Amino acid sequence: MSDDDKADKKASEPAAQSTPSPDTKPSADTKPSPDTKPDASLQPVEPPAAVETPQPLAVQEAEIVSVRRGMFPGDGGDTSGYGRLLRKVELPGQSPRPYGGYFDEVENELFGALDEQGLRPEDAIERVIVYGGQLTFQVRREHLVQVARVLRDDPALRFELCLGVSGVHFPHETGRELHSFAPLMSVTHNRRIQLETTCPDSDPHLPSLYQVYPAVDWHERETWDMFGIVYDGHPALTRILMPDDWPGHPQRKDYPLGGIPVEFKGAQIPAPDQRRSYS
Amino acid sequence: MGLEEKLPSGFLLSTVEGLAGYMRKGSLWPATFGLACCAIEMMATGAGRYDLARFGMEVFRASPRQADLMIVAGRVSQKMAPVLRQIYDQMPEPKWVLSMGVCASSGGMFNNYAIVQGVDHIVPVDIYLPGCPPRPEMLMDAILKLHAEIQKMPLGADRVAAARAAEEAALKALPTIEMKGLLR
Repeated sequence: MSDDDKADKKASEPAAQSTPSPDTKPSADTKPSPDTKPDASLQPVEPPAAVETPQPLAVQEAEIVSVRRGMFPGDGGDTSGYGRLLRKVELPGQSPRPYGGYFDEVENELFGALDEQGLRPEDAIERVIVYGGQLTFQVRREHLVQVARVLRDDPALRFELCLGVSGVHFPHETGRELHSFAPLMSVTHNRRIQLETTCPDSDPHLPSLYQVYPAVDWHERETWDMFGIVYDGHPALTRILMPDDWPGHPQRKDYPLGGIPVEFKGAQIPAPDQRRSYS
Repeated sequence: MGLEEKLPSGFLLSTVEGLAGYMRKGSLWPATFGLACCAIEMMATGAGRYDLARFGMEVFRASPRQADLMIVAGRVSQKMAPVLRQIYDQMPEPKWVLSMGVCASSGGMFNNYAIVQGVDHIVPVDIYLPGCPPRPEMLMDAILKLHAEIQKMPLGADRVAAARAAEEAALKALPTIEMKGLLR
């Protein structure tokens, strides 16, 4: 985020704090229906769309998903010198409006377009997160393809490029262990956003974006290979990096770290977290 | 291959073997198969200072069909394994494989899911060269040792007998993973 965006955000912070308060919630329900829109366009004094579209998502605090100690997982002696390192894995919650820059406009346009298609934005989109200068929409998996199609086709959005699909594994986040990211770019408007979708480990199925962005073919195969996320609707979901008969998905957090057997004479190489310990 | 394969075992064949081995070791053409940092040392070995041309090996062939020594220089990833095997299959007989560096020989420091733990899982290796990476002198030493083996290589009836003996010995041998004791 540039300095200008930060300044904008600072200046409008009081407004941001007042918007998500409970008493403004009713106004969210009385949002203008499509038939009242022509009236709004007739009145020149009507504020721009950024103000009239209500904020349906309540602000959430960042949640701490897990706390990690040392460099390696497990209780084995950590000989790396970082044994007492304490790291919190924080997932940011819903960000307060305004987000700054073009982010508000993108959100308004997306929510408006979803409304037009008869899909309530709060049903399709779990959270809108602004973190590290990036805008991320957390989409519920059953609506992912429709949201992506709107983002690609709506003239005000036009996210023509999907720059890949990647996965993340949060083993401690029960019910939504596997995350799938898709960064989008609009060449028309020179904007970048991210789509995030989650699925539980017990049911690792996500809809494939192949029908909307054919370029994600190999990326989804890689994410399946490394994380075991099954992309329903993908034309040929096979492993792309590992051999076809490989057991397990190597980039998951519970996958053993190293420790692949090497055929020396009577030697076995243990995993790095079990190699030595202070005693 | 030719007439020398049809010779009966004996004085004549061993004379031809000596001659053929001398010719073969003096015109060994390596395939370029640099995979990682070992390839830099391999290139240095071929270049002016170390000068593999002294042993008739300066032509690194980019095409496996004109090569008879594959120097596996670097770590072999799971994704590269089928490619390596195909290159090996495309090389004409007789062919040799030199596993250069610890990564090609045993996976080395890459003890993880991405790397094949020793290229001998994929192709038969004639000589292992340790080092990370080995110096050009070490590579040349390994090549000269391989030359000595090539010089002794049997032909025709002797070769069939040698192959049978090697197979019987391999069937009787203890599997590597069951061997105990010192790592040598």
